[in-house]
Amino acid sequence: MTRAADILTTAPGDEGVMIFGPEAPLLLDGGGRIESLALAYRTYGALNAARSNAILICHPLTLDQNVAEPVAAGARRAWWPSLVGPGRPIDPERHFIICSNIVGGCMGSTGPGSIDPASGRPYGLSFPVITIGDMVRAQALLVDRLGIETLFAVVGGSMGGMQVLEWAASFPARLFSAVCLASAARHSAQNIALHEVGRQAIMADPDWRGGDYALHGVRPEKGLAVARMAAHITYLSESALTRKFGRELQRDGLSWGFDADFQVESYLRHQGASFVDRFDANSYLYITRAMDYFDLAAGHPGGLAGALSGARHVRFCVASFTSDWLYPTSESREIVRALNLAGAPTSFLEIDTDRGHDAFLLDEPVLTAALAGFLDSAGRVRGLQA
Amino acid sequence: MTTAPIREDFAEILRLVGPGARVLDVGCGEGELLDLLTRERGADARGLEISPEGVAACLSLGLAVMQGDADRDLASFPANAFDYVILSRTLQAMRDPRAVLEEMLRIGERAIVTVPNFGHWRVRLDLLVHGRMPVTGALPEPWWSTPNIHLCTIADFIDLAQALDLEIETSAALTSGQRARPMTGARLLENWRAESALFMLRRRRG
Repeated sequence: MTRAADILTTAPGDEGVMIFGPEAPLLLDGGGRIESLALAYRTYGALNAARSNAILICHPLTLDQNVAEPVAAGARRAWWPSLVGPGRPIDPERHFIICSNIVGGCMGSTGPGSIDPASGRPYGLSFPVITIGDMVRAQALLVDRLGIETLFAVVGGSMGGMQVLEWAASFPARLFSAVCLASAARHSAQNIALHEVGRQAIMADPDWRGGDYALHGVRPEKGLAVARMAAHITYLSESALTRKFGRELQRDGLSWGFDADFQVESYLRHQGASFVDRFDANSYLYITRAMDYFDLAAGHPGGLAGALSGARHVRFCVASFTSDWLYPTSESREIVRALNLAGAPTSFLEIDTDRGHDAFLLDEPVLTAALAGFLDSAGRVRGLQA
Repeated sequence: MTTAPIREDFAEILRLVGPGARVLDVGCGEGELLDLLTRERGADARGLEISPEGVAACLSLGLAVMQGDADRDLASFPANAFDYVILSRTLQAMRDPRAVLEEMLRIGERAIVTVPNFGHWRVRLDLLVHGRMPVTGALPEPWWSTPNIHLCTIADFIDLAQALDLEIETSAALTSGQRARPMTGARLLENWRAESALFMLRRRRG
């Protein structure tokens, strides 16, 4: 095994792409394997001598490895400044922080936009359907390669929370603690339905070209923008939309046409337009599919508690948000119930906010304080320096 | 944590709980008792707390605490998960105290409950003289805003334990600022004298 020992001691904000060849194939839940896997990742802070301070952060659907400053050249700003950074609950001064772009993504990891070595052309829809389990097994390859046996914590929200649960089910012995925010152990009918709207919008764009848009030098920007607009509404709440926009107009008076009269329309159009600059349409199809397929309890005779039974030693923190209707508190309570059945020491917090699902990415002081307390106390048990 | 002396009910609970026990504190507030149980008894102590601020405070002490409502969320714990399930000063605020008591003894081998005593002489006198719902130090709210919707006396609580076929293993009378007094044999007197009472209960065998 190649051990990238030099990576472990380099400056904060280390970045790279780890390549896994046929010696470390990624075996896929859907059958098949990827034998030339690239995972783009960043690390922050330094691994301690005992290799006991590593935190893996799992990113949500449309984000990437740039969890903290400094970000990669050309990347947008760091996406989790409230929780990750100097003086924050996840702190490069104390923790060795790892975040990698998921397999299937479009920020440097192998995905449908990558070149298929068999054909020399972009995969497009010939890319295999991937799952949350595949994403996690790819992360485990990276963690292996970084020389880390046990993670001090694995942390994620939304789809990142699904990966956290998958880690707890698949690799419990490699976890000391786990943080799962605004997530669910399976995708609900409503969640699948909302994703299907987005996928159909992409596939209805003539520029999608059956997924082969890259070969034609075009991109299904309109379809992807509509998908993003629809999804973005689900990340907010009615009261947050009312608070931010109400029925405020862009200009004086109505246009009596279909321009963006209302500020909320203009906002959504901007969300759609800026998204297509940074995201790949086929990746959006594959990642949303992976989320839809996620059902951690499926196939376990003991249900969800059975799936998590190996994690009874893992200290869990689960949190939800009152106004999150995409991954409502009831979903988190199912997770907590299963963890209690499994016997894992579990904390659960429901944060009162009107900011909807996106609240997990925003500065919520109660959440920040709770996670700081949770990770600090877990660190004391783990013997990490304060 | 304050340096004030340990509350008399907490001192009694610490005395009762064996070392290394699995404990659930229902309505654990900011985790004062959980922290004591962890530090003094090496307990595997968990909490259930309704307020997010309380949960956050507990997390910062390194305690495993779930946000939830005792009336509803005890159901999410498996049977026999704990050696002791503690409910301090809040049984009278439950919507269904009997169901909560039964749930506590489903998920735990023993339940430790403290209840304010509505049979205390000052309460009785207040009602007798003024003809109005008593407002006392332990029960400071007027009837229309009090969370204490299911008040009982020591005698009432003992009746309920009998009706549910629960064995009272230990009972103690509590008066603010005083050490807990064992109540065996003196329950009639303590039903006049104690401000509140602590009971440790278990299901009768067979």
